[in-house]
Amino acid sequence: MHIRSGHMVGHDAIQAKGWFGAHKWLLLRRLSQVFFLGLFLVGPLTGYWLVKGNLASSLTLDFLPLTDPYVLAQSFVARHIPELTAILGAVIVVGAYFVVGGRVYCSWVCPLNPVTDLAHWIRQKLGFKGGARFSRNVRYWLLAMTFAVAAISGTIAWELVNPVSMLHRGIIFGFGIGWLVVLAVFLFDLFVSNRGWCGHLCPVGSFYSLIGKVSVVRVSAAGRSKCNDCMDCYAVCPEPQVIQPALKGTAPTSSPLILSANCTNCGRCVDVCAPDVFSFSTRFAGQSDQAVPNSQHQIGEARP
Amino acid sequence: MSRRQFVADTAKTACGIGLAGLALSLVADGAGAIAPVAVRPPGVDDEHAFQSACVRCGLCVRDCPYDTLRLATLGEDVAVGTPYFIARAVPCEMCDDIPCVVACPTGALDKDLTNIDDARMGLAVLIDQETCLNFLGLRCDVCYRVCPLIGKAITLERRHNERTGKHAEFIPTVHSEHCTGCGKCEHACVLEKAAIKVVPKDLAKGQIGAHYRLGWEEKAKKGGELVPGIRDLPDRLPGVE
Amino acid sequence: MTLSRRDFIKTNAVAATAAAAGITLPGIKKADAADDIRWDKGVCRFCGTGCGVLVGTKAGRVVATQGDPDAPVNKGLNCIKGYFLSKIMYGEDRLTQPLLRMTDGKYDKNGEFTPISWDQAFNVMADKYKAAIKAKGPTSVGMFGSGQWTVWEGYAAAKFYKAGLRSNNIDPNARHCMASAVGAFMRAFGIDEPMGCYDDLEHADTFVLWGANMAEMHPILWSRLTDTRLTKKGAEVHVLSTFEHRCFELADNGMIFTPQTDLAILNYIANYIIQNDAVNWDFVNKHVNFTKTPTDIGYGLRPTHALEKKAKNAGKGKLSKIDFEEYKAAVAEYTLEKASEMSGVPAEKLERLAKAYADPKRKVASYWTMGFNQHTRGVWVNGLLYNVHLLTGKIAEPGNSPFSLTGQPSACGTAREVGTFAHRLPADLVVMKPKHREAAEKIWNLPAGTIPGKPGYHAVLQNRMLKDGKLNVYWVQCNNNMQAAPNMNEEGYPGYRNPENFIIVSDPYPTVTAMAADLILPTAMWMEKEGAYGNAERRTQFWRQQVKAPGEAKSDVWQIVEFSKYLKVEDVWPADLIAKKPEHAGKTLYQVLFANGEVDKFPLDQTAKGFDNAESADFGFYLQKGLFEEYRRFQFEGPKPGHEMAEFDIYHQARGLRWPVIDGKETLWRFREGYDPHVKAGEGVKFYGKPDGKANIIFAPYEPAAEAPDKEYDLWLSTGRVLEHWHSGSMTRRVPELHRAYPNAKLYMHRDDAKARGLKRGQEVKVQTRRGEVLTRVETRGRNRVPKGLVYMPWFDASQLVNKLTLDATDPLSKETDFKKCACKVVKA
Repeated sequence: MHIRSGHMVGHDAIQAKGWFGAHKWLLLRRLSQVFFLGLFLVGPLTGYWLVKGNLASSLTLDFLPLTDPYVLAQSFVARHIPELTAILGAVIVVGAYFVVGGRVYCSWVCPLNPVTDLAHWIRQKLGFKGGARFSRNVRYWLLAMTFAVAAISGTIAWELVNPVSMLHRGIIFGFGIGWLVVLAVFLFDLFVSNRGWCGHLCPVGSFYSLIGKVSVVRVSAAGRSKCNDCMDCYAVCPEPQVIQPALKGTAPTSSPLILSANCTNCGRCVDVCAPDVFSFSTRFAGQSDQAVPNSQHQIGEARP
Repeated sequence: MSRRQFVADTAKTACGIGLAGLALSLVADGAGAIAPVAVRPPGVDDEHAFQSACVRCGLCVRDCPYDTLRLATLGEDVAVGTPYFIARAVPCEMCDDIPCVVACPTGALDKDLTNIDDARMGLAVLIDQETCLNFLGLRCDVCYRVCPLIGKAITLERRHNERTGKHAEFIPTVHSEHCTGCGKCEHACVLEKAAIKVVPKDLAKGQIGAHYRLGWEEKAKKGGELVPGIRDLPDRLPGVE
Repeated sequence: MTLSRRDFIKTNAVAATAAAAGITLPGIKKADAADDIRWDKGVCRFCGTGCGVLVGTKAGRVVATQGDPDAPVNKGLNCIKGYFLSKIMYGEDRLTQPLLRMTDGKYDKNGEFTPISWDQAFNVMADKYKAAIKAKGPTSVGMFGSGQWTVWEGYAAAKFYKAGLRSNNIDPNARHCMASAVGAFMRAFGIDEPMGCYDDLEHADTFVLWGANMAEMHPILWSRLTDTRLTKKGAEVHVLSTFEHRCFELADNGMIFTPQTDLAILNYIANYIIQNDAVNWDFVNKHVNFTKTPTDIGYGLRPTHALEKKAKNAGKGKLSKIDFEEYKAAVAEYTLEKASEMSGVPAEKLERLAKAYADPKRKVASYWTMGFNQHTRGVWVNGLLYNVHLLTGKIAEPGNSPFSLTGQPSACGTAREVGTFAHRLPADLVVMKPKHREAAEKIWNLPAGTIPGKPGYHAVLQNRMLKDGKLNVYWVQCNNNMQAAPNMNEEGYPGYRNPENFIIVSDPYPTVTAMAADLILPTAMWMEKEGAYGNAERRTQFWRQQVKAPGEAKSDVWQIVEFSKYLKVEDVWPADLIAKKPEHAGKTLYQVLFANGEVDKFPLDQTAKGFDNAESADFGFYLQKGLFEEYRRFQFEGPKPGHEMAEFDIYHQARGLRWPVIDGKETLWRFREGYDPHVKAGEGVKFYGKPDGKANIIFAPYEPAAEAPDKEYDLWLSTGRVLEHWHSGSMTRRVPELHRAYPNAKLYMHRDDAKARGLKRGQEVKVQTRRGEVLTRVETRGRNRVPKGLVYMPWFDASQLVNKLTLDATDPLSKETDFKKCACKVVKA
């Protein structure tokens, strides 16, 4: 790790912007996660049905259908032609994530995110080091595998084990022993691999990252000239490899936009940056103040 | 990264993923059959096809007005997240408008099912004739009277009670061409353990070989002899010329 | 569609409920084959069929029952209610203490139910009785009894009221069920109860059901009828009803008729018999008188009701003699065409039915229950059926039998036979006849004039009088009349809660009626007391007390006899009456009525060894035997022979005996030589209930129902029972399995009627009549298929009190309510 000893991540940002200023996006994100879960829970808890169903497919106010495009795609591969409602719901979802960023699903909606974030946080606190290292591309292999099994078995096989839907469905409809799967992910992230699930394995996230390849809302290192190389953004980023090209782009024309499909638009880098290098922007925003040549801090792709 | 390492890493990943895929396939295979006590909602004709279509959203569960349906959780003998019901606990009430099917966004519950009488959730089978009170001559027939298709899906076949000599036995008889598998009979069976149970159709039904036909049915179907013109000579009887 | 959306908590509750639904009540251990269960003979607690059962007790608890394999009625079989007999006494909310509405330690009509002792309860009651009688006379006290009372409970109650309190305001719930049948028996034959027996089910080859759903309400008899249909060549079944029920499955000729037109159909059949020369002249000439009944007799409503004011002969029933030609002319207008048009039954079906009755080769048994009896022309319609049987002589012989089925286990044995009706005395005597009163007073050792000659308030009138403040102290035993009586909103409930009134309800469970009372007395039930029931075929069956009642619960007979100690003759009799029998002066009613040298003459040691007898132990003599033997004196010493029973002890040895029991023999068919000991050799047939030995054919025309559908209330509402539940469900709804089998009432409705009102199956609806509304759910499938224009709703469900809706119109002659016909509408809830 390239963290200066004695330096607390985010310390500078808190100094500069105050605690709330340095946690604004984190708080908003937690609110968002609670909000989206809450939408689904209002019905079962109060009997007033804002949203019925779960993330796989839902109906809002008895009107708006939303469907998880990943599940639907597996269903299609498993040779089922879905009803129009589900297709329409998936189109709407894809459209929405096309605008706000594919992996916004992961950081703003997915109920598993707080679990893995917690694992990460404890891991940092307790100073766990090392663990299994493997490529972040494994998730794409896994993604392909889920489609392959769907095709071979003719069933939406991944949903039999998917911890994300297991957790969400469990909270809304009842768990059974499904919580064991969630616990397994937690322990995996805590003891086996840092940011192992969301950052390396989860095929749901990897599917949404495909939408993210072309999505509109982006984090921009527009103020990259102000970067004081404190490295805090790398420390907090769940997918730190996405920062480098934008922050330390070598070519003079390099975009300050974080264009990597795996940026989850979590906004944590915006929070922790004392000099406010980062801000939310769009794919179509103009160039930055200037490119930053000769960065002293190249961050390798192999970083876990 | 060296080329050699890249190849090695790729191979490792591929092996790992392959193993994971194999494991998942086995899980999927195991989940292909539904437990005999669990019954699918209306509009599921084929369990395998259903598992290709159900996204486990629970919208059918939400729109079931009788709290019949529930989503399977891990550890149950039903593919996790999919909707089912246990007839003995809460049976299907066979709503005219089939709200569960209407709610299904994917068509996992077949939208072509518009008449609930055509639903085939399972098949009721009078599994234990030895404890069924009606087989013993008593007048229970609760299963028959709760049947929404009374007189069609379950009939009472009358039989002379040889023991008492003056009572009829009313034998509950399920007819697969009408039974929707709603489970009202199993739910209502007054025994400590139900003598009539709804089971998956595959489990309940036998199948006659394609090489044999029932003569009387074929004749009725055709409306006459299949081989016309066969002669019958008169019998010789005493006193008859 | 939202009925009850699953909520979060419910998700888990469902599983719990499911588990609960399957389990049996706590404390009831599974009966194993071990021989430490004591088995003894008993009778089913429910319907009038009277199935014999064996009751198994262990450690002071009924742990199992079985159908008695040798009982002639059921041969070891039971219906599903009978299967659960062992569970009916063990509901978790059994009442075990007297409960009085109190505030600050004192009785308060609006107070909370507070436990008190029996002594306190009887003292409060005695005060109320004394005060009411002193203020307004004996007609201000009354009692509502039961066809589910044991024989001696009914006898003791009738004696306590008619002889002790000098009030004829005692009536049984059989008024709601058998009164029309009784009226017709008396008018046609001069003596109550069927001439045939269940053996007719095997002897007949043609069965006709008139407003009886035997498939559900008499399940074991139905299996006998079905067996005959199944095994006897040429046997056929005709079923008539206003809607299609389960009997139609066996019907060779099923007929749905417009409500009330049974009157027309029966007259058509009589007309057919006459027109086709099928009258059995030999029989008719020897044994039949032709009469007619007054018409336009009203509907038994309050006299202020427009329909009563309009009626020319309200309440009249005196028969006038006519000749055959007059009778022939009277029925002549009921042609096949007319009957078919009025009833809506296809002509060929009606004709087939008429032919069956007319065919001298066919043995016809007709069965009916509430369809006939709960009818504003119930006595008429019963009589019209007798006309048909009498015209053809198809009566009082094996297989030829008009048979009135009873609903309750002892509607015959108790309600009818021991004189619990407002106009009756034991053994078919009536209060209106001085000779009958005299006979009763003699047997009971009472001063002449003790028993009032005016009939008391009948069931429906009692509720009206309660409401009007004329009946002020009212004791309800062994029934749930708040749920059962018609027009509860306008009559029953205001009557019970009238501040002028004191209402006492004896029941094992906190029923709707008990909760509407001021004093609740906890009652010992069924096998917790020694008992006797008389079923529909005149079979009297006894049982011994098998277990102790819970807590302080006491049987109805104990309550009556014990309470009689709290009243002195001087409290309730005028001085001039006492002066006629000075030996009664200063005595309690207990001493006059029960410790009278008759009832108390059998010592305790005659009770069954090894069995409890709570009442006898308390009073110090064999109470049940004493009551029964005194009652027998009416049968042998009274002015009306024909009801003779065997000695008390014989019944504890036999599986029930069909009276008259003379010379140690039962009687299976009455009025016929060779079968009936009262018909002498050479007489052939003798209807000895009538002075001339002849039965009456009684012409009565069609008259419309009290209330029929109109533009606003556009549907017929019919109510009734279901197989799974007994009456108001106070016992069967406490059996989890029966509750699960039929948890709540619902409204059976034709699919098109539902559609026309935008209603879906299972949807919550309001059923409304001019008297109230009830929430229920629509059922367009299932066991009952109602025609368009009619809905049917069972009344067992205490959460859906359908009798808020029914009209308290009665047969003006029998005073029995028509629960089968009123006008309602159904709207979305």
